[in-house]
Amino acid sequence: MDYLQNILFIVFVLAASAMFAMSLKQIISNIRLGKDVDRSDNKSERLKTMALVALGQKKMFQRPIPALLHLAIYAAFVITQIELIEIFIDGVTGEHRIFYPSLGGFYTFVISLIEVLSVLAFLATLIFLYRRNLLKVPRFHKSEMTGWPKLDGNLILYGEIILIIFIFMMNGADEVLHRRGASHADGSGGFGFAISSFLGPALFDGMSTHTLHIIERIGWWGHIGTVFAFLNYLPISKHFHVLLAFPNVYYSNLQAKGKFNNMESVTNEVKMMFDPNADPYATPAPAEEGAAPERFGAKDVTDLNWKNLLDAYTCTECGRCTSACPANQTGKLLSPRKIMMDTRDRLDELGKNIAKHGKDHDDGKSLLRDYITEEELWACTSCNACVQECPVNIDPLNIIMEMRRYLVMEESKSPSELTTMFTNIENNGAPWQFSPMDRFNWANEE
Amino acid sequence: MAEYMAKGESPDILFWVGCAGSFDDRAKKITKALVKILHHVGIKYAVLGTEESCTGDPAKRAGNEFLFQMMAMQNIQVLNGYEIKKIVTACPHCFNTLKNEYPELGGNFEVIHHTQLVQQLINTGKLQIKGGGEFKGKKITFHDPCYLGRANDVYEAPRQVLKTLDAELVEMKRCRTKGLCCGAGGAQMFKEAEKGNKEVNVERTEDALETKANIIATGCPFCNTMMTDGVKNFEKEADVQVMDVAELIANAADL
Repeated sequence: MDYLQNILFIVFVLAASAMFAMSLKQIISNIRLGKDVDRSDNKSERLKTMALVALGQKKMFQRPIPALLHLAIYAAFVITQIELIEIFIDGVTGEHRIFYPSLGGFYTFVISLIEVLSVLAFLATLIFLYRRNLLKVPRFHKSEMTGWPKLDGNLILYGEIILIIFIFMMNGADEVLHRRGASHADGSGGFGFAISSFLGPALFDGMSTHTLHIIERIGWWGHIGTVFAFLNYLPISKHFHVLLAFPNVYYSNLQAKGKFNNMESVTNEVKMMFDPNADPYATPAPAEEGAAPERFGAKDVTDLNWKNLLDAYTCTECGRCTSACPANQTGKLLSPRKIMMDTRDRLDELGKNIAKHGKDHDDGKSLLRDYITEEELWACTSCNACVQECPVNIDPLNIIMEMRRYLVMEESKSPSELTTMFTNIENNGAPWQFSPMDRFNWANEE
Repeated sequence: MAEYMAKGESPDILFWVGCAGSFDDRAKKITKALVKILHHVGIKYAVLGTEESCTGDPAKRAGNEFLFQMMAMQNIQVLNGYEIKKIVTACPHCFNTLKNEYPELGGNFEVIHHTQLVQQLINTGKLQIKGGGEFKGKKITFHDPCYLGRANDVYEAPRQVLKTLDAELVEMKRCRTKGLCCGAGGAQMFKEAEKGNKEVNVERTEDALETKANIIATGCPFCNTMMTDGVKNFEKEADVQVMDVAELIANAADL
């Protein structure tokens, strides 16, 4: 027997997997650049949230039409994994449709299901291409969606179309071959799969057996090749959400959305201030070995926590956050999606710098100002609409707030009206300039 | 509160008035309406009066964690000093901060929004509105405050309360989890908006006016200001009133 195909396959799979593992390692080490945050609690509630929001796509169904189209592609993607198992075993062993003889009717059912879902996914993909490029859905045409992000969105859809075409080349040609008794699979008389038993004869009936074998192989290699190409495309693409959605939802914030995290470093200082026995001239406790003085808030991605960074890699740039954002809807610069895209781009840049120049390299750039402007940060009303909308529980608001904290507490930079508001709160106990002694006057007014 | 303390008594509930409720002329009316309700049902309530301070919410949302925690710790000292257990407030920002952000700093209280309290009073029969009062047959739409709704998942209490008015409750196209912000949150109340092509409160007021409601009901003094300004922007003050849920109830119950 000819072992060339098997060896080629094994080499190809190993190479593609190794490449993916390397990208994944890079991304994990990038995410680890973030500060610690404890999300190890409530395991059962986290699993439940993951089942509902990630696996069950609960939040997608806030918008039923895109949700159904997305579901078609998602279901095809998940179910096709079963076929990939067979392709993988066939590839390694040199068998052809190894499960066909033993599974019989069940095999036909599973492959038929894959075929039906693939047709639905094909239609959904075409509609998505039309929606993304021809229908003027505003969230696909914001200023951050030009260049690579726009191309990325389309490449993924083209990739899906190519995948599906290969499936039907493979199954269609094999169907005709099987009917001629010329398939490498067991038996003859046709497989009877739901779609290819019609599509195959319609497309390939007049062709020679030799040509059909070639078409079948192109389909088989094309399919598995595209799958591994996709796998290696994920880490540079917004499409990474197909994998990261699950951990990202699992680690999502389970507390009330209105609760903003408490800064413990600040608490310690404020407690000192209020403690009459505190010695202001005491030598501070020796810092831990090698610990850099911690910054208040976030100037760069390394000041954010790892969940913020995981959020950034998970974002698939759908723009539901931005389309719900009151600031964005009224023409302000702020776009929560751009906050996430900027965080990811900066983190990628930083990761590459570290790989090239070592850990302590300073490129003189930061997330603040080189990517996200102050104007964007100050436009936020902290209304939580972006957090509410995100189908994979990304929290852009947390990043915005951390960056405001940096601006105010490290650089004392805030819009002048807010500086006045701070002074009023400090001096008068109210954001306006009223005397605290007048606070109870309402009781005596008519 | 100091008077209760002097008498050696403790109130059932502390009414946290908040800065808007104390100083803003429009919001003071909401404060008085809630006081009328509390008085009417005979709850033993107290206010801190001049001992109350800003919760620190706008400072925290604007990034000034230092100032926030200073305010929080002062307030917690006062509240713990009076052994306060339960707090009601008519401001969702105070509500959120007291409820969610004070516990980590040592302030553990049961905190409810005034619409939740009013709902309880109605459910338990302590507060009765006969025939919906003067709002019978009118169209009311409720604007969800971000810090009550999305931030704390309270959507039903204000609506249940409004239903007792025997009015037609109509929803805006964006409501509940999808409710659009009035534009005041995140310390925006205290600054000019960034450059854009529209004010957020105008965008939101359009939603409200589309429902053809006679009354825009609010549960937040800042939303109230923003929506009132929005209505003025469209010169609809004569047709559309902006009123807090507490005011509607106090009026309907003839208090």
